[in-house]
Amino acid sequence: MKALQSILLPVAASLVAIAIGAILVAALGYNPVSVYGSLISGAFGSLGNLGNTLTASLPLIIIGLGIALSFQSGLFNIGADGQYWIGATAAVWVGYHFTSLPGWLHMLLCLAAGMVAGALWAGVIPGLTKAFVGAHEVITTMMMSYIAILFARYLIEGGPMQEKGYIPQSPLIASNTQFPYFTQGFARSQLSPISMLIAALAVLVAWFLLYKTTLGFSLRSVGLNPRAAKYAGIRVKLYIIIALALSGLFAGLAGAVQMLGVDHQLLDGFSSNYGYTAIVVALLARNNPLAVVISGLFFGALTTGGQNMQIVSNVPASLTNVLTGLIIFFVGCERIIPQVIGWYRRRRSARAQTPAS
Amino acid sequence: MEPVLEVVDLKKWFPGVKANDGVNLTVHAGEVHAILGENGAGKSTLMKVIYGLLEPTSGEIRLFGQPVHFRSPRDAILAGIGMVHQHFMLIPALTVAENVVLGDEPGGVRFDRREAVRRVRELSERYGLAIDPNAKVGDLTVGLQQRVEILKAFYRKARVLILDEPTALLTPQETRELFNIIRALKAEGVPVLFISHKLDEVLEISDRVTVMRAGKTVETLETKGATPQMLANLMVGREVVLRVEKPPMEAGPPVLEVRNLRVRSADRHERVKGVTLTVRRGEILGIAGIDGNGQFELADAIAGLLRAEAGQIVLDGRDITHLSPAERTQLGIAYVPQDRQLDGLVLSFDLASNIILRDFRRPPFSRRGILNRRAAESYAKRLIEAFDVRPPDFRRKASELSGGNQQKVILAREVSRDPLILLAAQPTRGLDVGAIEGVHRQLVRLRNEGKAVLLISLELDEILSLSDRIAVMHDGEIVGVVDRAEATREQLGLMMTGRRAKEGTA
Ligand SMILES: Nc1ncnc2c1ncn2[C@@H]1O[C@H](COP(=O)(O)OP(=O)(O)OP(=O)(O)O)[C@@H](O)[C@H]1O
Ligand SMILES: [Mg+2]
Repeated sequence: MKALQSILLPVAASLVAIAIGAILVAALGYNPVSVYGSLISGAFGSLGNLGNTLTASLPLIIIGLGIALSFQSGLFNIGADGQYWIGATAAVWVGYHFTSLPGWLHMLLCLAAGMVAGALWAGVIPGLTKAFVGAHEVITTMMMSYIAILFARYLIEGGPMQEKGYIPQSPLIASNTQFPYFTQGFARSQLSPISMLIAALAVLVAWFLLYKTTLGFSLRSVGLNPRAAKYAGIRVKLYIIIALALSGLFAGLAGAVQMLGVDHQLLDGFSSNYGYTAIVVALLARNNPLAVVISGLFFGALTTGGQNMQIVSNVPASLTNVLTGLIIFFVGCERIIPQVIGWYRRRRSARAQTPAS
Repeated sequence: MEPVLEVVDLKKWFPGVKANDGVNLTVHAGEVHAILGENGAGKSTLMKVIYGLLEPTSGEIRLFGQPVHFRSPRDAILAGIGMVHQHFMLIPALTVAENVVLGDEPGGVRFDRREAVRRVRELSERYGLAIDPNAKVGDLTVGLQQRVEILKAFYRKARVLILDEPTALLTPQETRELFNIIRALKAEGVPVLFISHKLDEVLEISDRVTVMRAGKTVETLETKGATPQMLANLMVGREVVLRVEKPPMEAGPPVLEVRNLRVRSADRHERVKGVTLTVRRGEILGIAGIDGNGQFELADAIAGLLRAEAGQIVLDGRDITHLSPAERTQLGIAYVPQDRQLDGLVLSFDLASNIILRDFRRPPFSRRGILNRRAAESYAKRLIEAFDVRPPDFRRKASELSGGNQQKVILAREVSRDPLILLAAQPTRGLDVGAIEGVHRQLVRLRNEGKAVLLISLELDEILSLSDRIAVMHDGEIVGVVDRAEATREQLGLMMTGRRAKEGTA
């Protein structure tokens, strides 16, 4: 009953958001059926589109896992965007150095570099300051996020990672570290089976870690009741640092996977916003790693579908941002839904009783 | 005379639990009506239904003869029902008057402070609730805060007052004062519904008692002529032993030695100021004292939750002063903390997880960092059965248990860890007589097995009936240690206010 509710409510919130979006579209003078039609066909209409949707979902899912983990530990890591970019930067740097290594080892090294960079970025300053002087992680992760993005920009705009020439971009990573794409089926998208495999592994690892290990037990205890955690003998400060570091690790991994699988180099314009959308992904999934997959796919579909929607029906793609906003709003106030149901039931039962009394 | 409040065949079912399953209750004007029942009998649920916090599954509530259907506490308040919850809902930063009128302020657009103060003063005089309307609520004692809650109810013109375990957090003196207030209300004709687990309080203050068992009201009787034993038996449904058997025993070698311990509380106040004491095998050492004299900080420090500023703690010959809480747990310190919801449990974890909370790092509950859920479940099942936790379902969240059953879970966990010493802080707070009997039995059993027990309680009766030796704490110091056989209530009472007795053996 409760489990069912926890699935139904986010779905209902999304549906309500979509319905309000339809009214909005109609009010703007478009045909909601064709607009949503173009959104759906853009997201799932062909293997190529489906591939694009999956490609867009993977970073959301991987970052979302980390954010879910930090939320479950009672920490509000909202700087995942910066951790993502630091991870990406580290992976690219490793990717165009050490070119004499065999491809698979080089790939692993890039991934590891991304994870370590993300973990340190979230774990060291936000983690230590939270644990020892109580600095709020919302502020510190956010500030570290700006620093990460500005730092990455410096590196490719005249800094040591800029490729020769005038364009602000890094060199390409070694070609044998680039993930291979599908040669059939999803061939028209930038989807790689390796990225998919890594995301799937990340989901399993996050789930296993949270629910099947003493580490996850400790993290969840700290998140739910730090005083009881201390009483249970859990070193709360240590686990605060671990939680933030793990959260950054996932974001850094996402950055590395994106570089190796899609971008292959750092480009100017660090504005993917994956790190922010992933917060919503985690919230919609109620911080459950398995549900993160579904909500990640949903937001991935919104992104790719939104682009198609713009092309086909001339609706600005930013409408998908409006939809995202509506979903956040309704997920946030999903408590309202049971209340409305209760109110409706009472009204009906009250009406049924009035004639009798 | 027409009853003020009638509850007819009321049912409130939760998924899997019939919390109220046929409740009948009649409350007349000017009576104090006590509700007695075991932990989980459904008392709080009943009050929440009456107050509009929960919707009944079936049944009827009548107020002054009229059937009522409350959709929210707001409806109930408008109809004249006032309720004081065990956990107060006040805003510490506001004054008494502001808190009382909050949500229903006098004045139009502008808040008329002077009028608010005037009305609160008028009310407090009328009901004999002496309080300064301009005092800040955050500065008040628990007893006075409760008074603010009662004033709040009457400001909203309550015609019935519900008090859910109002004395659980009060000192004996504050309880006296509360009873005077209740008597004044009674004289005004306001009926009071009064929940308490303390039989002597019920016998003293109530006119009639309704006993609940397993969601049903079993009997309503006149308080005159009722005896504690009678009420206890009715509640539990069997013969209850109100006083546990404690065979005489020779105490063994020391298990815990505390030397010159100084401790600061979380808010940096020095609360333990040089305590020295010894607990031996096979004895229960009771620590008596008025709340706030450092006894709970002492327990926290022994368990490792608060740092020792100075002094030494020795367990079984080993200096543990600088060990972590986890290491102390390993070495055999079990701890039932004072606040079960804040410290003792992770409320949103299920019972199985809560039962392994202190041991999840150890086999069989985990190996190499991987949890073994099956081991946790079978262990939890065993403990739940042995300690009669209700409902007996390890998948249930701790938050869904009644207070008494939450306490049983903690006690089961701590006692079953086979400790050298058990620190028990207020182990029976909020428990029914049957459950208290169970807890007391467990403490005595541990002692008889040659373990040591450090019992910290604000209830002098509990200290007197269980302890072998009694240490009295006042203002962070041990005033004296006396043998149970030589201790008298009067002497302890004097010591609790700081007067030294002749030096005992500490
Ligand atoms: N929200 C809930 N969901 C499920 N079960 C509940 C809920 N609230 C209470 N219960 C169950 O209903 C029963 C009655 O609980 P209630 O809190 O009314 O007991 P009580 O008589 O007040 O006990 P105590 O003396 O310990 O406070 C218990 O078995 C409890 O586990
Ligand atoms: Mg209760």
